[in-house]
Amino acid sequence: MSATKPRTLYDKIFDAHLVETLPDGTALLYIDRHLVHEVTSPQAFEGLRMANRPVRRLEGTVAVVDHNIATDASRYTGIDDPESRVQVETLEKNVAEFNVPYIPLTDARQGIVHIIGPEQGLSLPGMTIVCGDSHTSTHGALGALAFGIGTSEVEHVLATQTLLQKRARNMRVTVEGELPAGCTAKDIVLAIIGKIGTAGGNGHVIEFAGSTIRALDMAGRFSICNMSIEAGARAGMIAPDETTFAYVKGRPHAPKGEYFDRAVEWWKTLPTDEGAVFDKEVFLDAAEIVPMVSWGTSPEDVLPITAAVPDPEAAADEARRAQLRRMVEYMGLQPGQKLTDLKVDVVFIGSCTNSRIEDMRAAAAIARGRQVAEGVRAMVVPGSGLVKLQAEQEGLDAVFKEAGFEWREAGCSMCLGMNPDKLKPGQRCASTSNRNFEGRQGPGGRTHLCSPAMAAAAAITGHLTDVREIAQGKH
Amino acid sequence: MDAFTTLTGIAAPLPMANVDTDKIIPARFLKTIARTGLGKSLFANLRYREDGSENPDFVLNQEPYRHAEVLIAHENFGCGSSREHAPWALLDFGIRCVIAPDFADIFHNNSFKNGILPVRLSREVCDQLMEDARMGGNARLTVDLQRQVVVRPNGEEIPFEIDPLRRHLLLNGLDDIGQTMQKSTSIDGFEAKQRAAQPWLYGAPQQEERTAS
Repeated sequence: MSATKPRTLYDKIFDAHLVETLPDGTALLYIDRHLVHEVTSPQAFEGLRMANRPVRRLEGTVAVVDHNIATDASRYTGIDDPESRVQVETLEKNVAEFNVPYIPLTDARQGIVHIIGPEQGLSLPGMTIVCGDSHTSTHGALGALAFGIGTSEVEHVLATQTLLQKRARNMRVTVEGELPAGCTAKDIVLAIIGKIGTAGGNGHVIEFAGSTIRALDMAGRFSICNMSIEAGARAGMIAPDETTFAYVKGRPHAPKGEYFDRAVEWWKTLPTDEGAVFDKEVFLDAAEIVPMVSWGTSPEDVLPITAAVPDPEAAADEARRAQLRRMVEYMGLQPGQKLTDLKVDVVFIGSCTNSRIEDMRAAAAIARGRQVAEGVRAMVVPGSGLVKLQAEQEGLDAVFKEAGFEWREAGCSMCLGMNPDKLKPGQRCASTSNRNFEGRQGPGGRTHLCSPAMAAAAAITGHLTDVREIAQGKH
Repeated sequence: MDAFTTLTGIAAPLPMANVDTDKIIPARFLKTIARTGLGKSLFANLRYREDGSENPDFVLNQEPYRHAEVLIAHENFGCGSSREHAPWALLDFGIRCVIAPDFADIFHNNSFKNGILPVRLSREVCDQLMEDARMGGNARLTVDLQRQVVVRPNGEEIPFEIDPLRRHLLLNGLDDIGQTMQKSTSIDGFEAKQRAAQPWLYGAPQQEERTAS
């Protein structure tokens, strides 16, 4: 490749981390930051132990527990579930044995790995960042190349600080214009996935661009990159700009003083060059976005909140008809039913998609002075101990509690059904998380993905609700 | 990891698109610190009813598919979570090859690391192979990685594409960590260069996390 050829943000970070190209074209890619959690690491550490291999670069690695833990006070007195306990204890044993830096459960900085990476300045623009978790794509919002890996690759990174990678194709999703009232970054990304489908980004890294994306704060950018994987892309990225630099500055592990200035100088060279070619381009007009909600069991099955449940028989081919029939049945729906008529049992505000302070504020703005509908369990789970502290300093916890929401400790919680926070079979949930797969939030649970404000609105009315009506005082 | 050369066995048809890894193995079964023993939880939400009994309608609960070594599915197989427990569960059940029109990237990667061969064939061919598979126990499918062909029960050979490095590793059952460790001089060199250019990336989290914990 000639040095003058215009390159994308992805190409530049990839090239800057190329250790070697193998004869068949596979790249040996250097990894700057490796985040480790309890679910996808035990077999990797076991592999190192069996081969008598150390962790190559301890300072590039940080471990935390998030998936298994309870989000109430019980977590400080020991984990009830014996298997969860073993997994957490195994991580603690492994980090001690291999000397891996660790943020324990009792530390205020503990939280969901994808919240605390950026929060601590462990994730920086221009970095390669991996974690044994598909939502690692979140960190790409900083202008980093961040993606999820399997446990074998976790072991590979622990042992070598590198990964064998094929270069991905470049895809750009451009969103232009002003976002309508009541819409958020979550609505943008749900609309994108609805448009391109859950395999739309397979084999690609998506760069999100355009004036709508530029105007988003970092919290919104994280939400968008977080769900890149739901569109099939391993990584999502947003070019670093002044919003990014202001966010990073002063974070505990961010470069300081002269180093910060030098870093910014480099980060400013990263945005995609004029004339760089993308293998795939998608355009969205922000003006057309409305508050979105998922109705089916795949993140591509999203609709505007004003829509109705589709009729499976109207689908083009039999395979799709069968798929839609199954979704309608699993979700307990009637074709033609208005989405706003769907009553919810549970509301979950949290997860690596939407548990930052900005998300807490957006939900609190709806909850303030209102009451959770009778029979609805509504829970708010901040993404980290520090988000929780800040929310409490701003009095948001009081707003939630007065409205009848549960205010909980940081963790993955009800996003994935592997800790005590789970849906019961048949329960319907408005959730700010990222996946509405069958059984994702607990066997038989029915998930409707939406933004924090939309979830809070559903908690207040007891059914899926157009948040714009709350703002107009209709509820 | 076991090498994969040629496999002749029963294929199970799973005519579903977007088979996500939560479906392949729900999160409640990820609380293990071993790679083995996950086969009984494979497709748990589809395979078992609420009372824990087998769902007779699910293909892997039917003969001869209980002994399937090949799985045939529709588009975007393995989407969602990065959990390597998905290929571990398939492998522990006995499945060594998944055939589909396309695969989600992370699952595709994870399969190779565990000696499972993901084969990409067109939707049309996958549907044909599913028809073959529905003929039951006598309809064995052969997957020959050496020659890069799938052989139908009627003897017809269908060629497939595969990345040469991955084919090599799989044919020989090679662990790629050992191979990468031979590149340690290159990796040292990269680190020295990066340390000079971006010194702020070096020396950070270790001490602080230590004192905090």
